[in-house]
Amino acid sequence: MSRQIFAYIEHTDGAVEDSAFELIKVAEGIDSQAQVTALLFGSGQELEDACQHAASIYPQVWKVDKQEHSYPNAELIRPQLVNLVPSDAVVLTPFDTFGMDLTPGLAIKLDSAHVSDIVGLDGVDGDTLKAVRQEHGGQVHTHVHCDISGGAVLSVRGGVFPAAEAGQEGAVTDKTADAGEAQAGRTFKEIREAEVGEVDITKEDILVSIGRGIEEEDNVEIAQELAEAMGGVVSCSRPVVDAKWMEKSRQVGTSGMTVKPKIYLAMGISGSFQHMGGVKGNPFIVAVNKNANAPIFQVAHVGVVEDMLEFAPVLTEKIQEMK
Amino acid sequence: MEHALIPPAEIAILGIPGMVLALLIPVVGIAAFGYIIARRLIPLAKGASDPRFDRFPTRIKQVLLYWLAQYKQPRYRLAGILHIVIFIGFLILAIRSTSLVIIGFSPDFVFPGLDGTAGTVYGVLKDYAATAVFIACIVAGVRRGFFKPQRYSVPAKYGTEHTWEAIFVLGLIGGLMVFEGLFEATAVAAQAQQGAAAELIAPLSLAWFFSVLLGQAPVAALQGLHTTAYFLHDAIFFFFLCYLPFGKHFHVISSIFNVVFSKLDRGRIKPVQWGVSDEELDNLESFGVRYVEDFTWKHMLDFYTCVDCGRCSDNCPANTVGRPLSPRFISIKARDEMFDRFPVLGEIKPREPLIDRVFEQDAIWSCTTCGACEEECPVMNEYIDKIVDLRRAMVEAGQVPQSLQKPLGALEKRGNPYGKTEKKRQEWTQSLPEEIQVRVAGSKDQPATLYFPDSATSFDERLQDIARSSATILHYCGEDFGILGKAERDSGHEVRRFGEEMLFQTLRDANTQAIDKSGAERVVTSDPHAFNALTKDYSEVPPAQHMSQYILDKIQSGVIKLKPMQEEASVVTYHDPCYMGRHNLLYDTPRQVLDAIPGLTRVEMERSRDRSFCCGGGGLMLYYEPPEEEERMGQKRARMIGETGADLVVSCCPFCLTNLEDGIKTSGYEGQIRIMDLTELVARHLDWDARQA
Amino acid sequence: MNILVCVKRVPDPAENEIEINSDGSDIEREDLVYSVNEWDNYAVEEAIQIRDQHGGSVTVVSVGEEESEEILRREMAMGADQGILVSDDAFEGADGRGIATILKAVAENGDYDLILTGAQSDEGAAQIGGMLAAMLNQPYASLVNEIQVQGGTKLEVGREIEGGNQEVSEIELPCVLSIQSGINEPRYVGIRGIRKVSGVEIPEKEASDLGLSEDQVGEKAARVKRVDYFHPEMGEGAEILEGGTEEVAEKLVELLKSKGGMK
Repeated sequence: MSRQIFAYIEHTDGAVEDSAFELIKVAEGIDSQAQVTALLFGSGQELEDACQHAASIYPQVWKVDKQEHSYPNAELIRPQLVNLVPSDAVVLTPFDTFGMDLTPGLAIKLDSAHVSDIVGLDGVDGDTLKAVRQEHGGQVHTHVHCDISGGAVLSVRGGVFPAAEAGQEGAVTDKTADAGEAQAGRTFKEIREAEVGEVDITKEDILVSIGRGIEEEDNVEIAQELAEAMGGVVSCSRPVVDAKWMEKSRQVGTSGMTVKPKIYLAMGISGSFQHMGGVKGNPFIVAVNKNANAPIFQVAHVGVVEDMLEFAPVLTEKIQEMK
Repeated sequence: MEHALIPPAEIAILGIPGMVLALLIPVVGIAAFGYIIARRLIPLAKGASDPRFDRFPTRIKQVLLYWLAQYKQPRYRLAGILHIVIFIGFLILAIRSTSLVIIGFSPDFVFPGLDGTAGTVYGVLKDYAATAVFIACIVAGVRRGFFKPQRYSVPAKYGTEHTWEAIFVLGLIGGLMVFEGLFEATAVAAQAQQGAAAELIAPLSLAWFFSVLLGQAPVAALQGLHTTAYFLHDAIFFFFLCYLPFGKHFHVISSIFNVVFSKLDRGRIKPVQWGVSDEELDNLESFGVRYVEDFTWKHMLDFYTCVDCGRCSDNCPANTVGRPLSPRFISIKARDEMFDRFPVLGEIKPREPLIDRVFEQDAIWSCTTCGACEEECPVMNEYIDKIVDLRRAMVEAGQVPQSLQKPLGALEKRGNPYGKTEKKRQEWTQSLPEEIQVRVAGSKDQPATLYFPDSATSFDERLQDIARSSATILHYCGEDFGILGKAERDSGHEVRRFGEEMLFQTLRDANTQAIDKSGAERVVTSDPHAFNALTKDYSEVPPAQHMSQYILDKIQSGVIKLKPMQEEASVVTYHDPCYMGRHNLLYDTPRQVLDAIPGLTRVEMERSRDRSFCCGGGGLMLYYEPPEEEERMGQKRARMIGETGADLVVSCCPFCLTNLEDGIKTSGYEGQIRIMDLTELVARHLDWDARQA
Repeated sequence: MNILVCVKRVPDPAENEIEINSDGSDIEREDLVYSVNEWDNYAVEEAIQIRDQHGGSVTVVSVGEEESEEILRREMAMGADQGILVSDDAFEGADGRGIATILKAVAENGDYDLILTGAQSDEGAAQIGGMLAAMLNQPYASLVNEIQVQGGTKLEVGREIEGGNQEVSEIELPCVLSIQSGINEPRYVGIRGIRKVSGVEIPEKEASDLGLSEDQVGEKAARVKRVDYFHPEMGEGAEILEGGTEEVAEKLVELLKSKGGMK
């Protein structure tokens, strides 16, 4: 039986985000026969271009073109989605800050099951979707069974599923009218941009990134020495910024900076997806962590199971010796 | 008695008989003074209780040593000498001053016992005293006004400079000397002119110079000067008396009380409230000091007595590295708060919290409790207890820096600031050689001696070497010893000093129980903070020793035999940890251990013993992030070590080891200076061949 | 403003090493220490600050076992005015929707202008707040890192979005917000504070008090079930370098040069 599968597509400047390429692969994993429909909300030419782009990946594209969607507001989009999407459909979205805003409420309004932050899929068995999630900051994985008989809203972690190739010639349908009018209790005002510090980590080729494993502010120096020896700079994960040991402009992650270095040396970083979500471009990833189970070792190319506070100075020394 | 000039009592000033004026001034002066003092005592009456009336013989000794003998003054030589001169001068002149007041209305008054030779001797003495005071005032005035020593400066955020007040008072004192001298000199000059027997003026004294200068002056002038000098002296004297309680010169009156009631116990922290037992603490409405009247009366007296000399802040390591703490201004600002809220004239103002208004939060958290300020203060002011009390109130209000909340939470949950599981507390024993078995005490195994490493030494990989060295030494000595292992909790030493009293008590009670269960008759520790906690903060535990004391005992009794100096070091220096030195007076013990190693050449740092410079602090202090700091205390101390030319520095505290090791690395001495703990050094020098098994 | 904050008792992420038990049915809980979910704590601090500035009350609620009472007490020691414990065997096996249904009943039992949850907790689902808002038909904003009260009818909220930027919106009251960490600096709660509230009563609500049945919210109603815990095969994971520290460092330097292009 073919399910109706929808994929919510995010787009910027007339092009779809990376997640679009991944969600269709997830859809295939759920039902290889399904006709997957891409959903795009936006306005004007930007939306038009994005839909064209989406049509190169998806067989079917629905667009909702309204001025109010020129900046995506989940509170406005959700009720319109409910108008468009049959309640027993499977709706896929990325698990990012927009997804977190949208999906829980959407699942309730559609009276569907909700599974967020899916990192793996083991197929569908009748009405049971078998997915893989993580818990406890990525320290453990879980198998999750979801009853999708009444539909499901599933948000998917970025960068985990393979990306599809473009090559479709999908049809774009204007669904603006069917989306209907919506009132929302939340109105978008503006974006306040993060301040750029003196160092712009988004432009660096070599990053020595530190996490909780640094333990105290004093130890940041150890990382700085290593970064200097390597010809790079220090970046960090969220806990280091929360503790105010480094500025926000050094934070790598989905709610921090997106970096595209050639070398990413992750030290004392567990490797949560929110952090690794900020690392793009397939750099050479080295992980140093005293916990052999740290999720970072799954995404790194090379790993060292040692206390970063011990290892970093030795590495710095070796780099200087072997120059 | 014949007077060469008309005495002040018999002259009329603007129609008022001199005698009346001479009575009026003191009466008004004393009455005003009495009123002022009464008003000044009001907040002390509201202050918390503070039992300072015990051990009277010791207290008298304190007064003799620190007040009368001014023992701490010469620590700053020039200022010290100037002050001692003025102080002794004041004491000597006390009799003369009293006499002068009375002479004003009873011209023939002679101080009881000072007629005849005694009087003449005293007269000469007081002339020289006054001269010395006068010269001291000038030197001090020039020093204050012209040379402006750094430690008196007032950073903008604390207000305006106090220089003019200082010079004003020096002027008043100088004035008193001058007018007393003139009063005498004019009489003597008149006597000489009249051919009568002149009173003896000490040659080359101030009064003598005046008498020479005035030798030929006309009688009328002499008379005028005589009367004027008297009443000016009288007026200044009583003005000065009443002025004292309005500024830093309050200490002139209060310092003797401050010293007699001073704290006699080093290293101890006052209870949350004196007279309230631990069980009753839950009933207290609030902990610590939020408003100025929450301080104890003695602490309030400290604020009044603060001389604003800046010696405390000058020696405060936090202040030196640029943290926002200045002990001097804690006293001065608290004093100003008391003056403001409890004015001599006017209504008492309603109370307002001290934190964020009078004191910055970070200033209070910056203190490492090293005790340098208390060691330095010439009037025996205390600081640590006040800081702890202020912290107690902040903890209660939840105003704890984020950087400290995590280790405090970990201490609560896991009994150590690292958050590591209890089982890992004894992991350090695993890499000892097989012959050295470290037993874990419990109901089945009751060693005579308990080794208490405390958290840092147990968990920190570098510091575990200290535990292993200590175990090695204990083993060498054939000691029947064990550890608590996972039953050990953090001693809570810093937890208490950071104001989390209830968490401290939880840790203390858990440890006390565990130590009791272990059956140990004594405890040894390589951590001075734990040592201080066990001996001062804990009450129901067996006697405790620091490893340095244990080692010295064993060296002196011949159990420990040491090999000659094995380290590749030409010069060794010793760094006094705060909780060995200032807080426990263990200056010599570690030095004697070092000196017992043949061939070890030891030098002293300039700042050593009670002037040792704190490494940066231990326990929770390692986690605190000050908002500003020019450099770490450890770096500063590392440079002091460098200046001795030593290539090996030895200390006997795990925190000193950590901080100084970091400091050495980051101030460019890496590779030039090594640091070792005393236990490590001794362990490496144990002569196993000479050992009596 | 009357504020309801939903809090959860979770294994403390900083002070535990999470291991899986022998049959994969759960994590190893023997040596674990628990505390209030970090994001929830930020939410309670925010609620207390709003109340202190604008008046009202802060209620903390937790769905869990008896032990959850200890974290309710801790948040009350921090400054929350009252706590509600919701505990019933019937709730066992509830999925996110089930928990949200329970909380909806609690919310409807009171009169709250604002409901806060943490952005996520130990399961990382980040769903309770959004579900609760939809069930109550209230507007929602997730990952809130700033709240400004504008009169009694709306809030200006900042959401933390990608790139470290902040998305600013206006949201009408009553509403539900999920709170991102770092929004404020939570105050310290000392042992004394906790002892002070040790005698305060925390009412316990059961399924019947809330008009809920096992079929509505328990295991039977759950559409999402966790089947087991596991560690995935390393498979394509990192090549772990073996050897002593120095040796490993040398190997790494070679790799950094050859594969990473370090000079």
